[in-house]
Amino acid sequence: MAFNIYDFTSFNQSIDKALYEWLPPFWAMIVEMTIIGLVFLLAYAVVGLLLVYAERKVCAFMQNRVGPNRVGPYGIFQTIADFIKLLMKELVYIKDSDKLLFNIAPFIVIIASFMAIAAIPFAKGLHAIDFDIGIMYVVAVSSLGVVGILLAGWSSNNKYSLIGAMRSGAQIISYELSVGLSLLTIVVLAGTMQFSQVVELQSSGWFIFKGHIPAVIAFIVFLIASTAETNRGPFDLAEAESELTAGFHTEYSGIKFAFFFLAEYMNMFIVASIAATVFLGGWMPFHISGLEGFNHVMDFIPPLIWYIGKTAFIIWLMMLFKWTFPRLRIDQLLNLEWKYLLPINLVNILIMAFIVLMGWHF
Amino acid sequence: MKEIINLPVHSIEEEEYHINMGPQHPSTHGVLRLVVTLQGETVKKVQPHCGYIHRGIEKMCEKDTYQQIIHLTDRMDYLSAHINNHAVCLLVEGALEVEVPERVKYIRTIIDELNRIASHQLWWCSFGMDLGGLTCFFYGLRDREHILDIFEESFGSRLLHSYYTPGGLMQDIHPNFQKRTKDFIKYFRKKIKDYDKLLSGNVIFENRSQGIGVMSKEDAINYGVSGPSGRASGWSCDIRKKYPYGVYDKAEFNEILRTDGDTYGRYMVRMDEMRESMKIIEQLIDNIPEGDYTAKMKPIIKLPAGEYYQRVESARGELGIYCISDGNKTPVRMKFRTPSFVNLGVLDKLSRDMKIADLVAIGASLDLVIPDIDR
Repeated sequence: MAFNIYDFTSFNQSIDKALYEWLPPFWAMIVEMTIIGLVFLLAYAVVGLLLVYAERKVCAFMQNRVGPNRVGPYGIFQTIADFIKLLMKELVYIKDSDKLLFNIAPFIVIIASFMAIAAIPFAKGLHAIDFDIGIMYVVAVSSLGVVGILLAGWSSNNKYSLIGAMRSGAQIISYELSVGLSLLTIVVLAGTMQFSQVVELQSSGWFIFKGHIPAVIAFIVFLIASTAETNRGPFDLAEAESELTAGFHTEYSGIKFAFFFLAEYMNMFIVASIAATVFLGGWMPFHISGLEGFNHVMDFIPPLIWYIGKTAFIIWLMMLFKWTFPRLRIDQLLNLEWKYLLPINLVNILIMAFIVLMGWHF
Repeated sequence: MKEIINLPVHSIEEEEYHINMGPQHPSTHGVLRLVVTLQGETVKKVQPHCGYIHRGIEKMCEKDTYQQIIHLTDRMDYLSAHINNHAVCLLVEGALEVEVPERVKYIRTIIDELNRIASHQLWWCSFGMDLGGLTCFFYGLRDREHILDIFEESFGSRLLHSYYTPGGLMQDIHPNFQKRTKDFIKYFRKKIKDYDKLLSGNVIFENRSQGIGVMSKEDAINYGVSGPSGRASGWSCDIRKKYPYGVYDKAEFNEILRTDGDTYGRYMVRMDEMRESMKIIEQLIDNIPEGDYTAKMKPIIKLPAGEYYQRVESARGELGIYCISDGNKTPVRMKFRTPSFVNLGVLDKLSRDMKIADLVAIGASLDLVIPDIDR
C-alpha cells in the first residue's frame, strides 16, 4: 500500500483489493461508496467554506477593504462562524407556500452539484468514477440544478422569487447550449469524452495551446457561459439584489439558505474544475514537447497542486468579473447568448473540425 | 390601519400583476414604496406611495424660530444639507435686507460646491450598486470621506451640519480648510478618472443606460424636473446661472447641458458637474477675503409681514422655500419645494414599457432622496 503523491492509482487499488478480500463483494461496495461519499461531503464543506472566504477576500481587495480579519488569523474562521450562525437560525414558515416543494428545492440544487463533482479527476487516479461520457455526464447533471431553482421560486409564494426563478430558468437553459458546444469543440479535438483520457492527451501540451485559436475562443465562451450558468455576476439576474431583493431564495432562511449559498459556490468550483480539466490540462503539469529538462522540473510539482492552482486561477477570474461589471438586463443576457455566443460557437466547432481534419493542431 | 395599507390601486389588465417595491427594498434607497404593475418583466405602470418617512417638517417650522428652522432643513435632503441651510439663510437675509460679509459668501459657495460633490459621489456609489456593480459603492464612499473629514474639521459634524446661520456662519473656518480643500481637489481630479474607467466606459453599463428612460425637454419642463436630471434633457435650469446667489456670479463655470435625456445623459451630467464644481472651488478657494464670519444680527429674528420665496440649486435640482410671515418670530406657513418630490413624478412616465431592471436604473438616475420627498 504505497502512498504516492504523484499517482493515486496504486493506493486506491490497494484499498479496493483489501476491502474485497475482507468483505463479501456487496458489502465491500457499500463500504467503498460510503467512504467516497464521506470524503466528498467533507471536501464539499471545506471547499465551500474556503471559497466563501476567498470570495470575501478577493471582493475586499477589489473594493479597497480589508475583508474579514477578526475571527482567527486573517479571519479564516469567519465563514465557519457565519455558517454556525446560519445553522442556528430559525427556519421561517411562509404562509401559503407549497411546503413540499419549498423544502426539497434546496436539496435538488445541492444534489445536482454533488453529482457533478463525482466525475471530476482531481489527480492521477484520484477519481470517484471515470465515465466514458464524463463531459456529457457533467453537463447533463449540473443543469439539473435549475429544477431546484425553479421550484424554489415557484413554491415561495412570492413574486420576486417567481421572477427570479423564471429569469434563472431562461438563463440557464440558454447558456447550457454554449457550455455544451464549447466543451464539444474540445471533444472534437480530443476525440474522447472520458475525463481521464482528456487529461492524458494533454501531456504534450494543454488543449488551449494545442487547439490554435478555436480552443482559445472556446475557452473564453466557456468562461462567459459558465459564469452565467452558475448565476454569478455580471449574470446574477436570478438574484439581482437591487431589483428582486434576493430573487429565488428571498424567502429562504437558515440552513436552507445556506444550501443555496453553498451550492452556488460549489457550482463555481465545478465549472472552474471543468474548465481547468478540459482546457488547461487538469492535473497535468505544464509540458512543452521537446524541452525534457523543463518537463521534468514541472513533473516535480504534484498533480493535485497543479489541479488546485488552475481551478483557483479560474475561480479568481470569475470573482474578478463579479466585482467589476454591472449586471446585464434579461433581454441583453439572452441576446448575448442567442445572437453572439451561439453563432460564434457553431462556427468555432466547424473551424475546429476542419483543423482536426487537416491535422493542423499540435 | 388596514385601509391605509390597501390604498385603492388602479385597475389591472389581464396578465398583469402588482409588485410592491418598497418600503423595504434595496434599490429605493429608503422607505419609498412603488406599486409597480408588471406584465412579465415589463413595467406597465409605477405608482409611488409617499409618506413613510413624513416627519411634518413644514408644520414644525410654524412653531420654530428661523434659527431653529435651519436645523430642520438639514433633515430634508441630508446629502446636500449645506445647500438647504443656505436657502433658509438667503430667505431670511433677503427679507431683512441684511448685507452679508463677502467672506461669508465665498465660504458658503465653496462649501455648497463641496457638498454638491459629496452628494454626487454618493449618487455615483448607489447608481453603480443599483446596476449591480457593487464595487462602485466603496470607491465613491472612499472619496466622499475626504470631504466629510474637511467638514468635520471645520464645523464638527459630517452629515447634518447646520453650519450656516441667518447672517453668516456659526464659526470661522478651520485654518486648515483651504489647504485641505485644495489637496482634495488635486486628489479627486485623479480619482474621478477611476470612476470613468469603472463605469462610464463599460459596455454593459452603456447598454444598460443608453436610450433607457428618455425624457424630452418638454417632459422635463412640464413635470418640473430640475437639476441635473432636467439639464440632461436640454432644459437650462441652473439656478446658479439664472439667479446667482453667493458668489456664483464671480466664478467661471459652465452649465452642463445634454440633449440625450436618457439614463446615460443624466449620469454624464452629474459626472461633469463634479468637475465643474471642482473648477468653481479652485477659483474661489484662494480668494476668500478677510473679514467677519457673520453679520450683526439681532438675537430674535422677526421677518416683516409678507410672502417670500427663495430658491437655490441643490444637488438634485431646484430647492424653493416659500414663506409667509405675519411679523412674528415664527413663520405662518413654510413650504418647501423639494427637488426629489418633483422629480419622482416623472418616474412613471419614464419607466413605462421598460424592464424592471430599467426601472431601477431610471430611479437611480433621478437621484431621489426619500426624506427629501416626504419632508
